[in-house]
Amino acid sequence: MALSSSSSNVTSDGSNHTQRFLGGLVLLRQGAEARLYRGTFLGRSAVIKERFPRKYRHSVLDARLSSRRTVQEVRTALRCRRAGIAAPAIYFVDLVSNVIFMEDLADAETLREHLGSSPLGSRNVEALAGIVGHTLARLHDQDIIHGDLTTSNMLLRRTPASSQGNGETCEGANTDDGTTTAVEDTKDSNGAKLVLIDFGLSFSSGLAEDKAVDLYVLERALLSTHPGAKDLFETMLRMYGRSSCHGTAVLTKLKEVRQRGRKRSMVG
Amino acid sequence: MQFDVFPFNHVSGDGSRVSLRQKQYSDSFTNFLILFCVFTKLHVLKRNYFGMPVVLGMEGSANKLGVGIVRDGVVLSNPRRTYITPPGQGFLPRDTSRHHREHILTVLKEALQEANLQPSDIDCVAFTKGPGMGAPLAAVAVVARTIAQLWNRPIVAVNHCVGHIEMGRLITGAGNPTVLYVSGGNTQVISYLERRYRIFGETIDIAVGNCLDRFARVLKISNDPSPGYNIEQMAKRGKKLVELPYTVKGMDVSFSGILSHIEDATHTMLAAGECTAEDLCFSLQETVFAMLVEVTERAMAHCSSQEVMIVGGVACNLRLQEMMGMMCQERGATLYATDESFCIDNGAMIAQAGWQMFCSGHRTQLEDSWITQRYRTDDVEVTWRD
Repeated sequence: MALSSSSSNVTSDGSNHTQRFLGGLVLLRQGAEARLYRGTFLGRSAVIKERFPRKYRHSVLDARLSSRRTVQEVRTALRCRRAGIAAPAIYFVDLVSNVIFMEDLADAETLREHLGSSPLGSRNVEALAGIVGHTLARLHDQDIIHGDLTTSNMLLRRTPASSQGNGETCEGANTDDGTTTAVEDTKDSNGAKLVLIDFGLSFSSGLAEDKAVDLYVLERALLSTHPGAKDLFETMLRMYGRSSCHGTAVLTKLKEVRQRGRKRSMVG
Repeated sequence: MQFDVFPFNHVSGDGSRVSLRQKQYSDSFTNFLILFCVFTKLHVLKRNYFGMPVVLGMEGSANKLGVGIVRDGVVLSNPRRTYITPPGQGFLPRDTSRHHREHILTVLKEALQEANLQPSDIDCVAFTKGPGMGAPLAAVAVVARTIAQLWNRPIVAVNHCVGHIEMGRLITGAGNPTVLYVSGGNTQVISYLERRYRIFGETIDIAVGNCLDRFARVLKISNDPSPGYNIEQMAKRGKKLVELPYTVKGMDVSFSGILSHIEDATHTMLAAGECTAEDLCFSLQETVFAMLVEVTERAMAHCSSQEVMIVGGVACNLRLQEMMGMMCQERGATLYATDESFCIDNGAMIAQAGWQMFCSGHRTQLEDSWITQRYRTDDVEVTWRD
């Protein structure tokens, strides 16, 4: 009994300590499920993502969800980097308070902001759409399902082509056989690089169904926020089909998934 | 006090047409004229002078049958009947449409009487085009078309989901909220953008209300006044949180997995005495409502919105309102919700949406007044908002 109470003291002390630490940082924004802060970690500029306890849901459910999503986010970010897909480097995870310390992509803007400020028909934007399709194809070929693909979860990072970026050249970008994966094909003409973020809802699956649903979520998010972006999405899908090993199967499934919203019976 | 009365046609008490000549009237005659209007219920005089159309709306897409009358943002009447099946049974299209056919003329008369209006006072007849169940929709549409032709008035075909949104906007006064529309037949997260109510997130299988209703059938909970209401009361007495699948895919949700899981749990856990029926109701509500609040919050974050509005039958649930309210408080956003007379399907919401459409020039031709079981919210061109 004494042992369990002392360990619970440790955990509550630990999370109190983290809360005090976070309180001293600059809050960047409060997203849908987490707060983002900017700070430092071992001398490097870092973004700190805190899945804070949500009072609206039952505490048992809340603890389960926050913990699972923190773990999934970190696992998937590492898997992406090992496969050469750009994702933030993870520095540290505190599983008691569900806080992740990761690479700060300070010079990046979201794809959403970029599409909001550029004309949708321009060649640069078309090229970007191709890059998104290519990146997603590589993600799905690793059997990684993002789970929350929106234009707010894709960052454009303007890096000079030859720079030692904060994480790109460290061991995270190496594949298993020790060579560095070439990432030149994921840069557009301005040298902007597409970085995927927010892997809390991600999971592992080889099913065409799950990949198609992943693309469907992106399609709907894209079209509801940027109503004129239908052609852009078609470009993304074309590039996806060309770059992916199972592209045809997934795209066929996507047609089926699209019909579901329209064919669902209201009776049951 | 003196004023000019402009020439117009009106129908006097015995049905003959009378026209008033342009003339200056003195005080005492003005008073007499006003009293004359009141006693003979000639609202037509006031209406034509002020230009406010009166719209009658008819709704029957599921088991609720409603007729409502709206004039310029005021609900003049809103009677409703609900087809309630015995515990353990859902409502089928054929029986539901029979119920609607049995009661619609009575409810229509009630609506006119409560509003103190004659058929000639109605400027437009609105009805639900869809989505919903085919036979009940058709039963109501037939009556709408008939009275429109009898009374020689235009028809407006309304989308059921848009009806909920427009009534919510009217009652709560919300500006441009993120809308969570949750009912037995629909679960959507909607936001207005560029002349359409865009669907940001929705259920990829069944609606949340459908999930709750079907669970109520398994437990043989009474359907009076509604299964969801009775689940809510039972949930208040639940204590233990049973682990249930939580399925959010981006801004979409899925309920068929949780339904089959809880149906199994009912047979195994209840039989083994591991939990009570109240615990299951409590757990189901906590889980599905948390999913709904989460996808709503995602949509709000994506749209940078600071307002939320919940509409639809499930929106009556006070626990859902409480949870959404807490989420809003944490973000500094505002929650808008209505009471059960407007959350649950009703005729006035169709009248209100119809009023908006009518005033912005929409007219449905008779040959286009067919009903449809599938009618997407984003298929409607919203010409009355900018």
